Amino acid sequence: MNRGVVNIIWLALLTGGVGVAAWSGRTEVVNKAALDAARSAVTLALELIGVMALWLGLLRIAEEAGLVGLVARLVRPFVRFLFPSVPAGHPALGAIIMNLSASFLGLGNAATPFGLRAMQELQKLNPRPEEASEAMCTFLALNTSCITLIPTTIIGLRAAAGSANPTEIIVPTVLATSCATAAAIVADQFLRRHYRNR
Amino acid sequence: MPSLAEASNWVVPLLFLLIPLSGYCRGVKVYEAFVRGAEEGFGTAVRIIPFLVGMMVAIAVFRASGAMDLLSEFLKPVLVPLGMPAEVLPLAIMRPLSGGGALGVAAETISRYGPDSFLGRLASVMQGSTDTTFYVVTIYFGSVGITRYRYAVALGLTADIVGLLAALFICRCLFQI
Repeated sequence: MNRGVVNIIWLALLTGGVGVAAWSGRTEVVNKAALDAARSAVTLALELIGVMALWLGLLRIAEEAGLVGLVARLVRPFVRFLFPSVPAGHPALGAIIMNLSASFLGLGNAATPFGLRAMQELQKLNPRPEEASEAMCTFLALNTSCITLIPTTIIGLRAAAGSANPTEIIVPTVLATSCATAAAIVADQFLRRHYRNR
Repeated sequence: MPSLAEASNWVVPLLFLLIPLSGYCRGVKVYEAFVRGAEEGFGTAVRIIPFLVGMMVAIAVFRASGAMDLLSEFLKPVLVPLGMPAEVLPLAIMRPLSGGGALGVAAETISRYGPDSFLGRLASVMQGSTDTTFYVVTIYFGSVGITRYRYAVALGLTADIVGLLAALFICRCLFQI
């Protein structure tokens, strides 16, 4: 599903662009734009290396210092409230907490294994193994809307593009993700009831 | 509200101070840990090159040909009341679908209009404010063999839409136009 839609959009951008160019007789513009874009994509990625290395280095220190565990302690009550169907002390809760804490710190690579672990544990509690349980839907919603303290890649891209202040977007980003998380929690409560009654 | 934007300037120095310091106090060999983490930066940057090339070329062709202008003219009645610039529409569409794809679109918008322009800042916040719903759903549900997603996709997309609109609203408040 995912792969299909992206393919269609990519194809539509290319064919739409070439089609309009042919219709308005501007095909030479397309040549230049395509080659320039390909070159600047690589330049951008190379300039990204320095900033990414800096952040990933700092985050590794945070990881080894056990900061993920510290954040986990802060979000524990919150997570217990959101997953009433998961018994207290079940390993699923631990994995969920670690996953959300790692995403919060911007540790994408560390978050994914915890996330997969959480899904396996939630699956053990799932009465219908082909169907997503309520707790799984809640977990996915939190996951896709999770607040990220340091959006590393985007800071890197801004620095590579010569921004005077690459990190100025941190606070607006945290505010916007907080809105998304709040919406996810409210919509989850609503959809859960709605689907139960069907 | 300039003070909120200024608060961003404090986040980074504080992290530079607190992370290594707390690491040292907890017995981490801070410099060596830093270097091990920094090594990953190279791999990450190189791994996204194919996504960047693919998406940046497609968007550049779409824009240079004039197709983008046609599309934004066509969608004006919908976008103007929302206050959403047509230039960030491809990013808004791509964001829930493909992480790499959205990154490519965001990179194109940022380098095209400048990272410190309103559009560049808006694209940055939009890119950072939600995750790729379809990717997460596919990977996480796929890993345990769930085939009926029930309301998970609707829920993820609701969060995405709210996140994108919030990004738009917050950027308009903080960075003006």
